[in-house]
Order: sequence, then structure tokens, then C-alpha cells
Amino acid sequence: MSTHHVTRSTMLSRFALVTAIALVVLLAAAPAWASTATLRLIGEVMIYLALASLWNLLAGYTGLVSVGQQAYVGFGGYMLFTLAIHAGMHPLAAIPAAGIAAALVSIPVAKLVFRLNGAYFAIGTWVVAEVFRLVFAQMSSLGGGSGSSLPITIMKEMAGSKAMRESLIYWAALMLGVGSVAFVYMLLRSRIGLALTAIRDSETASLSLGIAIPRIKLAVYVCVSAATAMVGSLIFLQKLRIAPDAAFSVNDWTVLVIFMVVIGGIGTIEGPIIGTILFFILREFLADLGSIYLMILGVLAIVIMVISPKGIWGLVSDRLGISLLPVGYRVETREDLR
Amino acid sequence: MGWINIVIQGMLVGGLYALFATGLSLIFGVMRLVNIAHGDLIIGAAYLAYTVIQLTGLHPLASLVVVVPAAAAFGYGLQLGILNRTLDKDILPPLLVTFGLSVIIQNALLEIYSADSRKLNAGSLEIGSFSLVPGIDIGYFPLLTFLSAIAVVWALQVLLFHSPAGRAFRAVSDDPEVSQLMGCDNRRVYAWAMALSMAVVAMAGVFLAVRANFDPFMGPSRLIFGFEAVIIGGLGNLWGTLAGGIILGVAQAVGAQIDPGWQVLAGHLVFLVILAVRPQGLFPRGVT
Repeated sequence: MSTHHVTRSTMLSRFALVTAIALVVLLAAAPAWASTATLRLIGEVMIYLALASLWNLLAGYTGLVSVGQQAYVGFGGYMLFTLAIHAGMHPLAAIPAAGIAAALVSIPVAKLVFRLNGAYFAIGTWVVAEVFRLVFAQMSSLGGGSGSSLPITIMKEMAGSKAMRESLIYWAALMLGVGSVAFVYMLLRSRIGLALTAIRDSETASLSLGIAIPRIKLAVYVCVSAATAMVGSLIFLQKLRIAPDAAFSVNDWTVLVIFMVVIGGIGTIEGPIIGTILFFILREFLADLGSIYLMILGVLAIVIMVISPKGIWGLVSDRLGISLLPVGYRVETREDLR
Repeated sequence: MGWINIVIQGMLVGGLYALFATGLSLIFGVMRLVNIAHGDLIIGAAYLAYTVIQLTGLHPLASLVVVVPAAAAFGYGLQLGILNRTLDKDILPPLLVTFGLSVIIQNALLEIYSADSRKLNAGSLEIGSFSLVPGIDIGYFPLLTFLSAIAVVWALQVLLFHSPAGRAFRAVSDDPEVSQLMGCDNRRVYAWAMALSMAVVAMAGVFLAVRANFDPFMGPSRLIFGFEAVIIGGLGNLWGTLAGGIILGVAQAVGAQIDPGWQVLAGHLVFLVILAVRPQGLFPRGVT
């Protein structure tokens, strides 16, 4: 005799979760075992992991394909500089503050760009990012078009030694990277995640079942914007310098991120993780090629979209029927022991 | 008189923006495809004209004889070879494929032509002007651009509403499944629409390249200008798109007059205001 019961995890996914937690503990201890260069590399991977996971939540799960997330990266960076320089705030405290400011700004932005559908939404968000760039370039208190630097006294206040500063920034990056993946994972396992899946499968049907689509989309957009701004503020805290063109760069903060997600697997939690790691491995070998490297990424993204729109992870999980971070439900059959 | 002059010059530039926008509007109307690489294709056409002129010594306007058919053939092949495979209910694949194409074109142009900015020289046509009334001088070339934009919109209207090909375009746009049942080969219709869009892109590229310097990374902002013109004018209305381009051109000219840093920003702000108060655009789809 056998019984059936509903479960959210498999043996593999429990194993993956334990491995992931062990890996995070190992990474948290990195300042003790890694060189400064390694620490910076892992920090950069974490920053892109955060951006990729957040963009994936927006585009892959909520259907909001934004090409304008650099608006929030740059906004976050500028907020940190403003709060640290002009308001005397501690730089690490300015990171969440920048997130809150971005959440407030993203609401009126959403009211505007949500009037555009699908692909037009994408270009609309791009226009908004351009407006942000042009407006910040006009602000002379923030250095105008040439930008401004973070005074060294503010950095000294954060931590006395250079090594400690490096470690603090690294931990912040780790928190944002792991935190973003965890946030997306938890959100998708919650009621909102269920609603998002329903919207993705049929907007009409989910509307008729009473799902408040506009409200859910707005909530996701605001959360992602806030988190993206926090990542942005950390990026420029590490760089110590901000200028409009770098802060609102579509190539650095959106194009690369989209390639990572598309290649790894859009609409899956594992996809952005795989895409980010693959991107950094490819970069180690191909970065010298410069613009040809970007062309290779472009070709790869097109080939994947045409052949397997769910990316590398979609291909793997479809073939093998596995999921490392499952968000759905499955029926398990268990032999009854009695 | 000063402000009238600024508005008139802005209107003439708006003709160029309408050329950026028309191809975008056309393919959106026929197959609901938004081509993110549109601006980069405009710049690509400009570079193609540059090469043709280097090789043959043709006048930029004469180079259109080569560039327009070449661009149209490229568009036809692009649609049949790649884009048709991505057209489905899901908007994500075509968006991301044209996004990848955009990055490929930019970097390919950078590899081939370097980052130096170029310009096409149209000789006396470029610098000549006549005086409409004292204080208002109209350049021959901006006027030609403007009239070409009107001619392109008019020709597309005639094609769409008074020809068998146009009937096929409209049928596929209205209901792709039924039009296929009626014997339309949708894939070929889409390919022809893209070819037509690319022919306009080629014109826009050459006119742009005579008017101002261009470099490999100018594409995205041309896409944005074209897109703004489409939304301001109202989706699916080509005359509206022309009006949208003109409004954008005037907004930028007025913005530039207030402060040079405000030129592009003023255009974006007018777009956002129209999105806020009249999201369907000024002249929404009555026809097409």
C-alpha cells in the first residue's frame, strides 16, 4: 500500500539548499582566506548576481521587461553620495536609505511607464533612465556632468583600516547578492509567487479569480527598484567616484545583466545564478577581445532565445526533470511501512 | 521672430525624427514587433552609405540607390531567418533577440569603423538655404528631409490602403490566423513589412549622416527619439507619427534655446507629459 502527499522539496533540493548554506558560510568567511583581488572579484560576482536575480523577477516572472534598471543603479549611487557628503550619514546606513528613496521615486515612475505595454514598456523605462541621467548631469551640487568623489574622511569614518573597509564592502555585497536570490525564492514560494505564476500563465483567468494584477505588479516593481538602488549605492561606494554616464550606463547595468539572465535561463531561479557564473568565467578568458566579447554574448543570447527560450537551466531541468530551488508543489508517493 | 524661427527649424528636424519612427511604427502595426535594434540599423545604414560613397564617390543622395535596396534585402532576410522564429504570443523572445542584435551591430560597427565619428558630405546642398521672410532662413537639406518624410508617410498610406500588398499587411495585422486561412503566407508578409521598414531606415540613416556626425553608439538614442514620436503621435497612425516627430523636434529646439543641456531632456519631458495626460497619443489609431 502506498500513500500520496504533497511536498515542496525533493531529496536533491534539500541537498542543494544545505550546500548553498554551507557555501554562503564559506563565502562569509572569505576575508579570512581570500586575497584582496579574490575578495573584489567575489564582491563583483555578488553585485551582478543581485542585479540579475532582480531583473529576472521583473522580466521573467512579472512580465515587466525593463531596459531601464540603470535608472535605479545610478539613483542609488547618487543617493549614497548625497546622504554621505551633504547629510553626513554613515555610508553603510545610507545604503538602505537609498533603497527607501528609490522605492518612493519608483511609484510615480511606475504610474507613468505602466501605461505602456510589453515591448513599449521596455523602451519607456529606458527613456526614464535617460531622464534620470540628464537630470543628475544638471545638478551642480553633485558635480554636474563630470561627477564627484567620495571624500576620504568619510571612508575613514566607516572603518579605520583599509582591510576592514574592503571586508565591510564585501560583506555588504554578499548580503545583497545572497539576499536578492533568497528574496526572489521566498517571494515565489509565497502567495504572491502563486499569483505571479497565475498571471504569467493566463492574465485573464487570474484576473477573473480575483488577483489584483496591477497592485502585484506595482509591488514587485517597487521592491525590485529599491533593491536595485541598494546595489547601485554599494557599487559606487566601492568605486568612490560617481559620474552620470557611468552611473546610468545601459551597457554595464542592464545589457550585461540581461545577457546573464537570458543565457542562464529567464523565468527560473537557478538561471541568473548560472548565467552570472558563466559570464564571469567567459570574461576571464575573453575579456581581452573587448567588443568582440560583447558580440559573442549577443550571438549567444540570440541563439538561446531562438533554440531554448528558457536558457541553459531550462534545457537542463527539462531534460533531467530536476529543480534545485523548487517553488512549486509536487506529489510524492511513499510506500506505507505498516 | 526668433522663436518662430526656432519652432520652424525644430519642425524641420522633426521630419528626420518622423523618418526614424515610421519604420518602427510600420512593423509594430503589422506584427506587434518592437525592434530594439531599430536605431542601430539606422546607424548601420549610415555606415553602409559611407562605405558606398568611399568606394564609388557617389553623392550621398545617389547612394540611396544602393543603400535602400541593400537594407530592404537585409530586413527581408533578417525576418525570414531569425525574427519569424521568435514571433509568438510571448513578447520576450523578439524583444531580447533584437536587443542582442542591437549590441552585435554596435560592436561590429566599432570593430569595422572604429569609434571616430563620421559624416557624409552633400556639398552645396548641405549649406545652401533660402530666406522665407527676413530672419527665417530655410536650409535646402532640412527642407528636403522634411518633404521626404511627408512623401514616405504618404507613399506608405497609399501602399497600405490602395494596393493588394497593403491589404495583406492589414489582414495579417488584424487577424494572423484568419489571413493565413485565406491564403496569406504570413511569414512572407512579415518579411516584406520588415523590408519596407528597413528601406525607410536606410533613408533615415543617410539623411541623419548628412545632417550631423555619427558614431557606432548613436543608435539607442535614435531608437528612443523614434519611439517617442510613435507614442506622442498615437500607435498605428502614420500621419500621427509624422506629427509626433515634429512635436519632438520642436520640443528639443525650444529646450536647446533655454539651455543647451536641456535639448534632449525637453523632448523626453514632453513625451512623459503626453504619456501622463494622454497615454493613447495625440492622434490614436483611426486608420491603419
